[in-house]
Amino acid sequence: MVNVTYVAASGSRQTVAGNVGESVMQTALNSGVDGIIGECGGSMACATCHCFVDEAWTDKTGTRMDGEEDLLDCAAVEMQDTSRLSCQIRLTPDLDGLVVHLPESQT
Amino acid sequence: MTQVEIIEGHRKIDPPPGVPVWDVDPYDEAILRDPHAFYAELRRLGDFVYIPKYSVLAMGRFSTVREVFSDHTRFLSSHGVGLDDYKLIPPYRPPSIILEVDPPDHTKTRKILTRALSPKVVRGLMDMFLATAEPLIDDLIARGPFEGVEDFAEVFPTSVFPIAVGMSNVSARHLVDYGAMVFNAVGPNNALRQAAFKAAEEIVPIVTRACQRDALSKDGLGALVYQAADAGEITEDEAGMLVRSFFSAGVDTTVTGIGNAMYCFGQFPDQWEALKRDPTQIRAAFEEILRFTSPVHTFGRTAGVDTEVAGTKIEAGTKIICVLGAANSDPEKWGDPEVFRIDRKPVGHVAFGAGIHGCVGQNIARGELEAVLSVMLRKVDRIEFTGAPEWRPNNAICALDKLPMQFIGK
Repeated sequence: MVNVTYVAASGSRQTVAGNVGESVMQTALNSGVDGIIGECGGSMACATCHCFVDEAWTDKTGTRMDGEEDLLDCAAVEMQDTSRLSCQIRLTPDLDGLVVHLPESQT
Repeated sequence: MTQVEIIEGHRKIDPPPGVPVWDVDPYDEAILRDPHAFYAELRRLGDFVYIPKYSVLAMGRFSTVREVFSDHTRFLSSHGVGLDDYKLIPPYRPPSIILEVDPPDHTKTRKILTRALSPKVVRGLMDMFLATAEPLIDDLIARGPFEGVEDFAEVFPTSVFPIAVGMSNVSARHLVDYGAMVFNAVGPNNALRQAAFKAAEEIVPIVTRACQRDALSKDGLGALVYQAADAGEITEDEAGMLVRSFFSAGVDTTVTGIGNAMYCFGQFPDQWEALKRDPTQIRAAFEEILRFTSPVHTFGRTAGVDTEVAGTKIEAGTKIICVLGAANSDPEKWGDPEVFRIDRKPVGHVAFGAGIHGCVGQNIARGELEAVLSVMLRKVDRIEFTGAPEWRPNNAICALDKLPMQFIGK
């Protein structure tokens, strides 16, 4: 299992365990983490799973996927350098302890 | 090399070890009209069944359908998403460069369509959607009994879609029929597909013409696609092909979405009451409509490699029909799939597909439904059937043919 901590815009933190191979978006939905919608189910079509990767983790989560930026540009809260679509970050053992920050709104 | 034996346009296979053989025709018109018993038996028999009539594997369990459908590395789209294998027989039309293609080619075109159909673009269309829905629904309320498919479900998308794309001189009938034709074409060579091809002779030239740059306005979704050609990302011809995909996948599907929504609320009036009490649930309600009715009920994939899914060995070249309607009604996943409830939050349903080929127009579909339902919530107190709903058999689409109904105004 890979632990992921979601930090809400209010500052509250929730740590949940996800499976290797699943996305950060899916892991949140599986565990009922608020603040991620994932309306399109991970097809990179909707920009409702926007997150800001904690700066300590940006090297390990890697670079944005081809086309991801076009959608981040549509997100409800403005994109920053650390912005990712959480559906495009797949959990690997290396990401155990990952921290992502959630925007105030996804819609 | 041994000669490949072809059946229904693809490679003939033997049933893999351990896979049950079921002599059924999933494209039988009686099954297409009322598929639920077929879905249940398909799921009961196993993760895969072998269907001798078409020499394919069929699958209907949620977890494995999702696995196959979202894994574009092992299960390819470039061989066609119907029964024909485009690497073995000539395709009936130039294959779609978004639907019937694998990465890396797919990545390029997907990016362009994602941009043209982005949430931001759809937000910009919402006022037009709402302004179109308002008088239409007023008129339907005033009319008393009406025909839900012809007078409502077909009217809304064929009114807003040409404006959104920026096309003119295309009749509503051609818009709806082209989609139905494309979706019937993914089935076997049955009467539905033959009728579709007959219709194609008239419609294809009209559609091809309507997708040309000079036939489109300068400010629609079509022009956004041609901007990608101007930027050198795709050729002029490819831009035309991508605009064509708006016709294929953008009209008949949303017609179906609206019709199926009316079916759900007419059939389950307590759920219309629930939505009236909490209009913030419109988008969640649409997800349940999608899950409950699976507007696209079946799509295919072709194994690109020798592989294994849930213990079943699958040979490269095997055609697999993924029955999305069965997956969306799998009790293992959903508990009480036969119940339509807007508070279900059916995350992960496969009505829009999954993975890189997940419906690229889903934002528009959601926007159209949101517009229609939000206007209805303000104006319509009750949704009533005035006769029996009838379903229209199609090899890939689960849509109504007739829906006699009425809106009782507030």
